[in-house]
Amino acid sequence: MGDHGPAKGFSRWLFTTNHKDIGTMYLWFSFAMFILGGSFAMIIRAELFQPGLQIVQPEFFNQMTTMHGLVMVFGAIMPAFVGLANWMIPLMIGAPDMALPRLNNFSFWILPPAFALLVSTLFMDGGGPNFGWTFYAPLSTTYAPPSVTYFIFGVHIMGASSIMGSINIIATIMNLRAPGMTYMKMPLFVWTWFITAFLLVAVMPVLAGAVTMMLMDIHFGTSFFSAAGGGDPVLFQHVFWFFGHPEVYIIILPGFGVVSQVIPTFSRKPLFGYASMVYATAAIAFLSFIVWAHHMYTVGMPVAGELYFMYATMLIAVPTAAKVFNWITTMWKGSLTFETPMLFSIAFVFLFTMGGFTGLMLAIAPADFQYHDTYFVVAHFHYTMVAGAIFSMSAAIYYWIPKWTGKMYNETMGKTHFWISFVGFNLTFFPQHFVGLAGMPRRIPDYALQFADFNMMSSIGAFIYGASQLLFLFNVVRTITHGKPVSEPRVWEGAHGLEWTLPTPPPYHTFTTPPDLKESEMHG
Amino acid sequence: MADQQTQAAVRRTSFKLVLGAVAMFAFVFVVMVPLYNALCDVLGLNGKTNGERYRVVEASVDTSREIKVRFAASNNEDMSWGFRPQTGMVVVNPGAATTINYIATNPEERSMVGQAIPSIVPSEAAPYFHKTECFCFNQQPLEAGKSAELGLQFIVDRDLPAHIQSITLSYTIFDVTDRVSTDPDLAAR
Amino acid sequence: MRANWLQRRSGGVLPRALMMAVGLLSSLTLWADEPKRWETNMTPSVTEIGQTMYDLHMAVFWLCVVIGVLVFGVMFYAVIAFRRSAHPEAAQFHDNTSLEIAWTVVPFIILLFMVGPSTKALIEVYNTEDADMDILITGYQWKWKYEYLSDDGKNVSFFSSLRTPQSEINNEEPKGSNYLLEVDEPLVIPTGKKVRFLVTANDVLHAWWVPELAVKRDAIPGFINEAWTKTDQEGVYRGQCAELCGRDHGFMPIVVNVVSPEKFDAWMGKKRAEAAEIAALMDKTFTMDQLYDRGRKVYQRSCVACHGANGEGGVGTPIAGSAIATGDVAVHLDVVVKGVAGSAMQAFGGQLNEVDLAAVLTYQRNAFGNNMGDKVQPIDVYKFKKGQ
Repeated sequence: MGDHGPAKGFSRWLFTTNHKDIGTMYLWFSFAMFILGGSFAMIIRAELFQPGLQIVQPEFFNQMTTMHGLVMVFGAIMPAFVGLANWMIPLMIGAPDMALPRLNNFSFWILPPAFALLVSTLFMDGGGPNFGWTFYAPLSTTYAPPSVTYFIFGVHIMGASSIMGSINIIATIMNLRAPGMTYMKMPLFVWTWFITAFLLVAVMPVLAGAVTMMLMDIHFGTSFFSAAGGGDPVLFQHVFWFFGHPEVYIIILPGFGVVSQVIPTFSRKPLFGYASMVYATAAIAFLSFIVWAHHMYTVGMPVAGELYFMYATMLIAVPTAAKVFNWITTMWKGSLTFETPMLFSIAFVFLFTMGGFTGLMLAIAPADFQYHDTYFVVAHFHYTMVAGAIFSMSAAIYYWIPKWTGKMYNETMGKTHFWISFVGFNLTFFPQHFVGLAGMPRRIPDYALQFADFNMMSSIGAFIYGASQLLFLFNVVRTITHGKPVSEPRVWEGAHGLEWTLPTPPPYHTFTTPPDLKESEMHG
Repeated sequence: MADQQTQAAVRRTSFKLVLGAVAMFAFVFVVMVPLYNALCDVLGLNGKTNGERYRVVEASVDTSREIKVRFAASNNEDMSWGFRPQTGMVVVNPGAATTINYIATNPEERSMVGQAIPSIVPSEAAPYFHKTECFCFNQQPLEAGKSAELGLQFIVDRDLPAHIQSITLSYTIFDVTDRVSTDPDLAAR
Repeated sequence: MRANWLQRRSGGVLPRALMMAVGLLSSLTLWADEPKRWETNMTPSVTEIGQTMYDLHMAVFWLCVVIGVLVFGVMFYAVIAFRRSAHPEAAQFHDNTSLEIAWTVVPFIILLFMVGPSTKALIEVYNTEDADMDILITGYQWKWKYEYLSDDGKNVSFFSSLRTPQSEINNEEPKGSNYLLEVDEPLVIPTGKKVRFLVTANDVLHAWWVPELAVKRDAIPGFINEAWTKTDQEGVYRGQCAELCGRDHGFMPIVVNVVSPEKFDAWMGKKRAEAAEIAALMDKTFTMDQLYDRGRKVYQRSCVACHGANGEGGVGTPIAGSAIATGDVAVHLDVVVKGVAGSAMQAFGGQLNEVDLAAVLTYQRNAFGNNMGDKVQPIDVYKFKKGQ
């Protein structure tokens, strides 16, 4: 492999094995899914703008909530972070590319068909999946629309894609680090992804198992989830959440990594407590495997089981709190500037911690009897997932886009995007705590009159938040086409790490010979 | 791209991870499901009772304790049978065998097959509720328009935890006419 | 006042914003049965255990507030005090083992304080012993069935479904104050008695939830769950299904009337009298296919002579496309049960039993291209006859 550039035209993208190209495709794909999942959310919020049914019927509303969840989790957030991993991990550890470039191409290119399949179910007889993104049996088996088979197939494909992507990431990190880049010198983004990838390899097959059992129940006469044949609908929930709880950390851990890169840069100060950050991440990952049934407090577990899951869940607060303290201490006595990535990162710490607080409240099983399946839960997981994953993702894009493109984004527009997002996000989700506590169940297309005021507020916030993402898109496109050129390798003066030793923008092939590591570019 | 040695290492890592992923897929079927069922049997999760006939080991009756056993019945979905216990509640001594009946009526103009699924609350009591005879062990065919008395004989274990004073046994009747078991094992159950 | 309020509700964004500003004020002057708007906190419970949950909720909430104020206080102090213009030289420290150990241990200790009360409350939630009465609650798509279990096996049971008319949901009429939280027949329980709920489902998962009673339990087909409540406060308590159960998940509310034991006994006596008749019919919820098939047979036996094999009419009026068979069920029932005076249409109410009446009505509403898609159950016929 020489220094030649990319092939031209469409075949460049179809056949590319270059980690930067594939990273770019992942990012654009996930953004498209983000807009799609976002428009589903807009339909939901429009229907909930006022009591009564105005825009959609309940059947379609249920399809929207389901598809919104599925598309955002599997189509937007996960591929976005895989895209980021593709771009950044080789640059951060001094590797020439990902370890399995052809597999990399394949794991990306099976995603668009999988989502095309998933979205096409909306146009099928009986409609698309309408059983919630958690697809509890038997609503998702015996009572599912016929399109459920395509949904299962789609989940299998995206699961396979995730597993392949994770194997690639682990293989890259374990084998392609530049000489001298020991594990405890890796940037924290690499560390969080390393742990995330192991989580993915462990639990995506469990999801595949769950949908396979559904498939067998639907088509092959088994009774995994049907009491009539000796099965048990609750088994589904156990299997699902054995996947599902690690999954929510899969969504958030790379975000932790991003923020751990951004905050030191704009604080002009090394990350505080690097080692404890690594251990905390590992601890969170471990705990994620033993707390799953806290999603099922009302399912009627024996009291001993309920107590165990409550205690284990409360433990998660410990490593998570340590991380928050580390970020704040990183800023302490730093020299802070507030460029867009830093704003998103500070907001991340603030909002994610709020989500953590409500998480602690939800962990308390007796109180959870009142919270469970209400908008309080909806508010909680949007505070962790949107403020966690989407805000950190926005931070990452603004942080690295000058490096990727050699063009600087428009700072004013970036900050505007941030403030509109911040206000819109809080206007959307903060009132949802209130209606949830006051008794509004989730996943309902219409609600009692006492919830009307906060719901209207929430809808207005959602439209604002949604619109702000179009500004984001505009800013990104504008950066690529008209951005002010930057050629400084270290785009941000406070930034450290191998990626900032490369020319800006980096050549198509980088680190074809391993770099010399300077102590000042290393973490830990 | 990378040298031979690295490529071999990458292959080894990937191979192990693929094995890991396959193992996790298998884990769902060979560990999680059986483990869950085993836990259900031992702990009575969901109030499931053991689907097997209880063999009486000793017949001593604890007359110092009285346990209220309440009976309930539900129909699943489209099951049109009339289905209820003949008696709402009995008081039993632990260790004593008691027999009660459920009445099932098929109002349809075709013969049907029902399967009753038991569930016990508190679930903690489930492992201590032994059925020596039960219609729920078998699928129950019923001719058009006919009624049947479905018998249940049970013993409450003398080791039932002291704080439990009442047990509720509920049966849900499912229509299994279209999926009559040909599997002899299941049919025998 | 209500209509007035609704009018304002439908105003533009600006009036809405004004409304939000005065919302807190106006909520003080609303009627007692007017829904409480701008509620920001958990519904206080009328049960002791619910109050415990509420106190636990508030305790954790205030704990979070205190920690939040401290943590965010430090963070915002750092953001302001260490901005570059005020603090140009960044320190370069990056580790402090004792600090890191401290902030791992301290949260752990704080958590330990929460373990005790939470454990105690949870064990109490699970203590279903010594119940004074048992009620079997069954979730259906999309209604609830309540069955009061009695020792002799002669149980009182009834269905409870949404009473809010479709016209309110479709915004054709102003919404009542209990919009979506009203049922045709509420659950009635006495004060001062420990009531045990056995919760199950007929089809998919549901969850029975009444915030003020602090009961939320999943209803699982094939299995039963238990929960309990005990309150001294008479009143009407409203809740909703809390587990996605398909199309009308948002339209299967729960209403519980808590009344004095005397009133309860009177109510129960009345119910028992009806129960004997109802019992046999209640169990029978038929599917469309069952009703349709049975209905076809009934039709061929009793209707075909006048209305024709394809509902084309003859002596009688056509059924196909008729305004009655494609209109309001109540009207349709009225015609079939009572007949039409002065015409050949007899009263079938005494000739056919409830099941057959339900079946033939369902058949007429769905055959011959009528395709109404709705079902008439024997219980509907029973109730209609009762209402005469």
